[in-house]
Amino acid sequence: MGVDGIGARVPRKEDKRFITGKGRYTDDMTLPRMGFVAFVRSPYAHAKIQNIDASAAMEMPGVDAVLRGDELVADGIGNLICGWMIHSKDGTPMKMGAWSALATDTVRFVGQAVAMVVADTYAQARDAAEAVMVDWEELPAVTTTAEALAPGAPQIHPECAGNLIYDWEIGDQAATDAAIENAAHVTKIDITNNRLVPNPMEPRAAVADYDGAEEHFTLWTTSQNPHTARLVLSAFYNIAPEHKLRVIAPDVGGGFGSKIYVYPEEVACLWAAKKVGRPVKWVSDRTEAFLTDAHGRDHTTTAELAFDADNRITGFRVNTTANLGAYMSLFSSAVPTYLYATLLSGQYAMPAIYANVKTVYTNTTPVDAYRGAGRPEATYVVERIMEVAARELGLDPIELRRKNFVTEFPHQTPVIMCYDAGDYDASVRAAQDAIDYAGFPARKAEAASRGKLRGIGVSCYIEACGIAPSKAVGSLGAGVGLWESAEVRVNPVGTIEVLTGSHSHGQGHETTFAQLVAERLGVGIDTVQIVHGDTDKVQFGMGTYGSRSGAVGMSAISKALDKVEAKAKKIAAHLMEAAETDIVVEGGAFKVAGTDKQLSMTEVALAAYTAHNLPDGMEPGLKEGAFYDPTNFTFPAGCYICEVEIDPDTGKTEVVNFVAADDFGRIINPMIVEGQVHGGLAQGIGQALLEGCVYDADSGQLTTASFQDYCMPRADDLPSFKVMTTETICPGNPLGIKGCGEAGAIGSPPALINALTDALGTEDLSMPATAEKVWRLAQAARAPMAAE
Amino acid sequence: MYATNYHRAGSVDEAAGLLAGNDEAKVLAGGQTLIPTMKQRLAAPTDVVDISRIEALRGIEKSGDAYVIKAGTRHADVAGDAGLKADIPGLAALAGKIGDPHVRHRGTIGGSIANNDPAADYPAGMLALGATIVTNKREIAADEFFAGLFETALEEDEIVTAVRVPVPAKSAYSKFPNPASRYAMAGVFVAKFADGSVRVAATGAGADGVFRIPEMESALASNWSPEAVAGIAVDASGLLGDIHGSAEYRANLVTVMAKRAVAAA
Ligand SMILES: Cc1cc2nc3c(=O)[nH]c(=O)nc-3n(C[C@H](O)[C@H](O)[C@H](O)COP(=O)(O)OP(=O)(O)OC[C@H]3O[C@@H](n4cnc5c(N)ncnc54)[C@H](O)[C@@H]3O)c2cc1C
Repeated sequence: MGVDGIGARVPRKEDKRFITGKGRYTDDMTLPRMGFVAFVRSPYAHAKIQNIDASAAMEMPGVDAVLRGDELVADGIGNLICGWMIHSKDGTPMKMGAWSALATDTVRFVGQAVAMVVADTYAQARDAAEAVMVDWEELPAVTTTAEALAPGAPQIHPECAGNLIYDWEIGDQAATDAAIENAAHVTKIDITNNRLVPNPMEPRAAVADYDGAEEHFTLWTTSQNPHTARLVLSAFYNIAPEHKLRVIAPDVGGGFGSKIYVYPEEVACLWAAKKVGRPVKWVSDRTEAFLTDAHGRDHTTTAELAFDADNRITGFRVNTTANLGAYMSLFSSAVPTYLYATLLSGQYAMPAIYANVKTVYTNTTPVDAYRGAGRPEATYVVERIMEVAARELGLDPIELRRKNFVTEFPHQTPVIMCYDAGDYDASVRAAQDAIDYAGFPARKAEAASRGKLRGIGVSCYIEACGIAPSKAVGSLGAGVGLWESAEVRVNPVGTIEVLTGSHSHGQGHETTFAQLVAERLGVGIDTVQIVHGDTDKVQFGMGTYGSRSGAVGMSAISKALDKVEAKAKKIAAHLMEAAETDIVVEGGAFKVAGTDKQLSMTEVALAAYTAHNLPDGMEPGLKEGAFYDPTNFTFPAGCYICEVEIDPDTGKTEVVNFVAADDFGRIINPMIVEGQVHGGLAQGIGQALLEGCVYDADSGQLTTASFQDYCMPRADDLPSFKVMTTETICPGNPLGIKGCGEAGAIGSPPALINALTDALGTEDLSMPATAEKVWRLAQAARAPMAAE
Repeated sequence: MYATNYHRAGSVDEAAGLLAGNDEAKVLAGGQTLIPTMKQRLAAPTDVVDISRIEALRGIEKSGDAYVIKAGTRHADVAGDAGLKADIPGLAALAGKIGDPHVRHRGTIGGSIANNDPAADYPAGMLALGATIVTNKREIAADEFFAGLFETALEEDEIVTAVRVPVPAKSAYSKFPNPASRYAMAGVFVAKFADGSVRVAATGAGADGVFRIPEMESALASNWSPEAVAGIAVDASGLLGDIHGSAEYRANLVTVMAKRAVAAA
């Protein structure tokens, strides 16, 4: 390996720009004559729009236009789509309600946009938006799935009677029922996966421009996947044909899934730019972000796990109801189905699984993929029920898991997934050693002497990344293929540009992707430039989510590098009059093996572009592209162990020890991987202890609509993590990569809740485990102790 | 934020003049409450009168057996003041627990007490220490000053210029922060004076803002120990309940924080 190659702990190339405030985000774009947009939003969770009177707003200073939904529809702008078709178990397609970028007659969640103001300044636009008079007829609203499914519940969409979007199933119901019937022991749990707000540091934003002479649009936007955005905007929303629409996602400050989707605001801004004849900018404020960024999770689940007399799992039955909010966001339908139920086998050999998933409309913000997307929900169910089962069976929770681990690969689960490689015991051993598992009872006793309740919790997660292959996801209902593209351009002087369809919004691609080139061509990463995020530069790509950029995006680069290397070798062999098979690439030079003859990358590249002396029939230039479609998902897995201490007087939980042992396959940059794990753990611990949406049951208002009430984890809420990796190489892609972006958020919540329930001696604890909930349980735990 | 007129006052008199007769005008001190409220369009003063540059409003002085803390003194300066740390350690510690470093280097004691947020920390310190609030018009005892949620005895154009805080024999503040906002879910200040009297005040928990706890005061006057307050619970019916904690939970926190404050003093 070169100094900058695979496995090197190279500092991030992009950090200089971010740390010195030189990043260029959508809000940094300023165009001549640009107007500012403010949206008029619904204050009600469910209401009919009787009338919109913009006359007063139009009179206000600087106001250019007030635009309404009926105008948008009249101009032929299409409804927002959900890109993954799910069929109910009776074969009927999911029941999708129409979603116009600006509501025309009904609003279905607080914050839904009904009109937009374009003005000379942002302040003028805000002032005018407040002056737009809407006559509302308030309708009854529901915020929970139980209420929405109840007989007589308010109907949210005319297309979806009873608010049930689909009733889907997977697995073998008869076999699972039989396993549970005949089990020696069945563990049953009811759990809730709390609704979360993604809260990336940079809120969403859009700058839209229309060139009337060329009939061409440009959109700068906070997107994780600009090409998909262009495809959807073009093919479904009728903004413009693809060649007349350029989408640029410049520096993007975090996404966590929430920036995958094309939202109403971007659509409306593009339309408005043409309608008013000037470029427009919209930047979400934090309140708008809380109300309109797609939320995550929000499942309620009943699960039953059956064991034989030898404590081996015989069957697993899961019933889940998922809240999709008021509209079906772009990938919302896939999250509680194919991204969730397909992971219910966990790390375990399960002969039979049956899952039934119902998704439901409510008068809440739409829900879609958020860091982990389905896999955190699956892991929470599996790892909570394993822990509860171990307690019921009187077994060490690690021993029960170990007994049921999948140990032979490939392993076909009963729920589609075929695990390709892994060593689950290796991660468990690494985590056990690192936390000194055997020493826990002594630590618990010592904590007790200080009046603290100490608990330990384990979570052995498995997840699926690099969602693929395209043919398979297509057969499951996906509207897109899930491959990636790359182009490697060697410039005449030998520097290299890599164009990728992946998008970096915090992941560090500019460094890791350059490290791959450094490894392959022996050049320094400073001679490599990663180009991404612009549909005019990169031909096509699927973007970044689902921890796919390493396994899929880098594999595409690797394939393009194969082609570049092959051509460069041909040129070098020709120039040095050697056999092509004798050429080796070493330290940035092409050498004839066993001789001192060599040509630098610069010399070969220059020869390719001067074309004065190329092999007969060879085209000039040194530039190659590749598309890579994986053969399977990848399966990162690991073991997290956590220790908490509870102050029983206040219920305050302190996470005192947290060990993460992950198997991510081959690692390109350990420092970046650790950073991804740390961030994921913070989000997972946030979910378990602090974060959670609260809706007012009567009004449907989001009570937790600011950081004053929505509790984001902060540095002092977290321990100093001990993170480590074990490695089994992924056989499914040329680099052996599995993916690391979401594992922390997937694996950690059950570890926390298992530790807390261990400390408290009860299973009756829901996320977020707030101080008050924990205090009440600690009081109850104390009462019998006092009585003894 | 709505458009507003900004005035920078050079003196308290000038500020008072700018406020007089204009009930839509507001004093701007550290801006840590007023500016966020304006940005969210929840406050819309026509005029803001910035008093943060008035030198006479800054500083901490010991005079006799009391400290005079000028209204414009920032939380960080109170937290770091050597005299206060030695003589009224509870108050210095309280200031050091407000918000984050940014907030502590902008926010002022005058702004905090004038605002009288039911979850703010300073009101508990002022009430328990029996401080006197000095304004450009008069002096007001802390017992009279704090008048309910965001309510004080201040008149529309009255400006807090200083607080006068007697030096107690012992003082401590114990705070259970709201996990999201980090304001107090319950904060209890205890102070014991040379004459043996005790004052206890709780913030964050009261449905009407900061309040004293007479039962704890008398129990501690006869027995200054955590055990003395361990069995004293405030009535939950007068407490705040919200998504972060019920009134019953807050009642528990008040007792626990009181115990811890006494232990720390
Ligand atoms: C992120 C964050 C966290 C915070 N955390 C805490 C916390 O943990 N605990 C806590 O107690 N506080 C907290 N605060 C509030 C902080 O302490 C503020 O500084 C304080 O509430 C107001 O003081 P200020 O000087 O900033 O006043 P400003 O915001 O300038 O003014 C506040 C109000 O007081 C009036 N006012 C200001 N000065 C005077 C005066 N001299 N006379 C009369 N009226 C006046 C103003 O007109 C206004 O109505 C936090 C604030 C932020 C932004």
